[in-house]
Amino acid sequence: MTRRLFRWVDERLGASHFGRKALEKIFPDHWSFMVGEIAMYAFVILVVTGVYLTFFFVPASEEVVYEGSYEALQGTKVSVAYASSLDISFEVRSGLVMRQMHHWAALVFLAALVVHMCRVFFTGAFRRPREINWIVGVTLFVLAMMNGFFGYSLVDDLLSGTGVRVGYSIALSVPVAGEWLAFLFFGGEFPNTEFITRFYILHVLILPAAIAGLLGAHLAILWRQKHTQFKGPGRTEDNIEGSRLWPSYAAKSIGLFFIVTAVLAALGGLAQINPVWLYGPYDPSQASAATAGSQPDWYVGWLDGALRIMPGWEIRAFGYTIANPFFPGALLPGITFGMLYIWPWLERRFTKDRDPHNLLDRPRDAPVRSGLGAATLSFYVILFIAGGNDVLASLFKVAPESITNLFRALVFVVPVVAFFVTRSVCRSLARDDVHPFGGAVGSRVRRTPTGGYEEVDGEGDKPVVGAVLATAEHNPYRPPPRD
Amino acid sequence: MSQAGMPAERRIATLLVIATLAALGLAGVYIAGGQPQAEGALLGIALGGIGFAIILWARGLSTEGTVTAERGPLGGEPEDEEVVEERIAEVKDEPGRRSVLKLFWAAGGALALAAVFPIRSLGPAPGRALLTTAWHPGARLVDQDGRLIRAETLQVGGTVTAFPEHAEHAADAQVVLIRVEDGALRPRPGRENWSPRGYVAYSKICPHVGCPVGLYQADRHELLCPCHQSTFDVLDGARPSFGPATRSLPQLPLAIDREGFLTAQSDFEEPVGPGFWNRD
Repeated sequence: MTRRLFRWVDERLGASHFGRKALEKIFPDHWSFMVGEIAMYAFVILVVTGVYLTFFFVPASEEVVYEGSYEALQGTKVSVAYASSLDISFEVRSGLVMRQMHHWAALVFLAALVVHMCRVFFTGAFRRPREINWIVGVTLFVLAMMNGFFGYSLVDDLLSGTGVRVGYSIALSVPVAGEWLAFLFFGGEFPNTEFITRFYILHVLILPAAIAGLLGAHLAILWRQKHTQFKGPGRTEDNIEGSRLWPSYAAKSIGLFFIVTAVLAALGGLAQINPVWLYGPYDPSQASAATAGSQPDWYVGWLDGALRIMPGWEIRAFGYTIANPFFPGALLPGITFGMLYIWPWLERRFTKDRDPHNLLDRPRDAPVRSGLGAATLSFYVILFIAGGNDVLASLFKVAPESITNLFRALVFVVPVVAFFVTRSVCRSLARDDVHPFGGAVGSRVRRTPTGGYEEVDGEGDKPVVGAVLATAEHNPYRPPPRD
Repeated sequence: MSQAGMPAERRIATLLVIATLAALGLAGVYIAGGQPQAEGALLGIALGGIGFAIILWARGLSTEGTVTAERGPLGGEPEDEEVVEERIAEVKDEPGRRSVLKLFWAAGGALALAAVFPIRSLGPAPGRALLTTAWHPGARLVDQDGRLIRAETLQVGGTVTAFPEHAEHAADAQVVLIRVEDGALRPRPGRENWSPRGYVAYSKICPHVGCPVGLYQADRHELLCPCHQSTFDVLDGARPSFGPATRSLPQLPLAIDREGFLTAQSDFEEPVGPGFWNRD
């Protein structure tokens, strides 16, 4: 049956040539290569659950009186968008699981993208000939972040409305063009009734289409260039070692898809996320009760943290203002993504390494790159934690001012420390050539009664870390022989 | 493949039976009216069962194991490269057409420019929208429900969010009205008569990124923005004492009219809310 179908297709499309190449294609095996796949599968789940949600979500800002089954809000004036989100949660059977799976999938998608990018960065997989795919990947990351923000904003609850307000203010702060930028993108002065329909079409069509297209390009380029591999016996720049697409690799990957979906389903059902009914509808004059101690989705946390710990400075000169939020809200992400985009060329300027690479570095093989990577990561982690300065302040019962001042220092100190620590760890790992998590290596030695050392049998095949230096002659006490 | 003492086939079969039961259970839960936790758990078990079964199954699939092959070159054949370059060059080398080519660029550029204009329809011109609010001389203060605020409405230490009468939804006009002890305020020059009987009104929109400055700590006379912890000193003209905010909250000049209602003497003297390029 399968054979007849294949013949039928092959006679019309000549699929056997590509089919053979595809099925026999080799994919190197390493656990870290799986992370990008997790991102891809999370995106698939985002599309599937997202399509389901569009059947019920109504992107409109008209005010209605809520009359659904959630008693605490009955009789409240809310937007149509918010009311339909409540209906998805309470009225649509299986709607809440779909909504929560969608949200969890977004968080996992972004997390997997970040880890995948770290993998590519720390192993030097972005080097020639893979610069194009690095660019495509960074763009995917930017689009995914933006789309997460738009989706979060659509619900029109008190928290998301505050987020939109912050986004509007950042747009407004852009020098020269900020006012026009904010008015054209958001449809006028905040708050207004335009943004939900705009965010909706961006969220459900334009950005997902762009992400899907770029994801296709990402995979096609990977397919063409073949995957990188770690160094190992028999592996060279010119060969590729791994398992064939069919059946081993495909089966493993499909299994991974099911497991990723299983985890998202379990999270969607069992782990409550974004309970918008508790926040209430957006009201521009209310934020205190709900927004105190609340945080945005994790991938925006670093921006929120940057806004929080930025000192109260801004530039006012010649009758113009460059307002405070511009620096943490627009300049910082601009520099962040700009640096990511140019990194392959920036690194090349310093290493003078223009050769194509199919063999990956281990992080220790490039101590400076790894150090810079660790410093950068720690910078954003500190910003992320600073996004919870009010929570930390109430948790440790200290003034928010002290916490904020602490983070203002940490955000510069920790990256410097991270750089030097990572660089020296990398150098020492490279020198000793041991695996940091591989357990004890070397051989077990035993001290002999005469003061010498001997290897314990059966352990001699493991690599030796350092030679045991026993220089001094040792004369242990010997009891005098008995008669 | 029998580390756990069970042959792989039996473990796969067990997983698939569990997955089948969970999937049927999922359908049952839906028919019975749905229950989010049960739906998520059963869906997770069904998918996870299938996923692990596939991975176990995959282990025994290929006898081949790891294989090695040559990568082959990435770049194209030199012959192809030459032909492509020649073909592209052919176009340029026709001398008569080169001048016309410039006109193509001009027409294309003009069209692109014209196509940008519809973007202008996306929103109104900023105009003076950011510089003014609905406050005007004599406008009475009302609370969120439209109730007028009288001189005795608030106790000392009390606070309420106020709007101009008939403009209760004007978000940019919202003020936080606070009553402090008479004489406690240290008014700025020119603002001595803006706060009758200890009433003082500041724009509720944080000059940082626009969150409502909603937390009033009466004992410390501080307004706190819950979003990014900017703190404002109520007695000292709402000067920012901590956090990312760079400017004081704009103060609304208040008066008490003959009938005892709180009114505004005028609009704010400066734009409210977050900063922007043309602010001053």
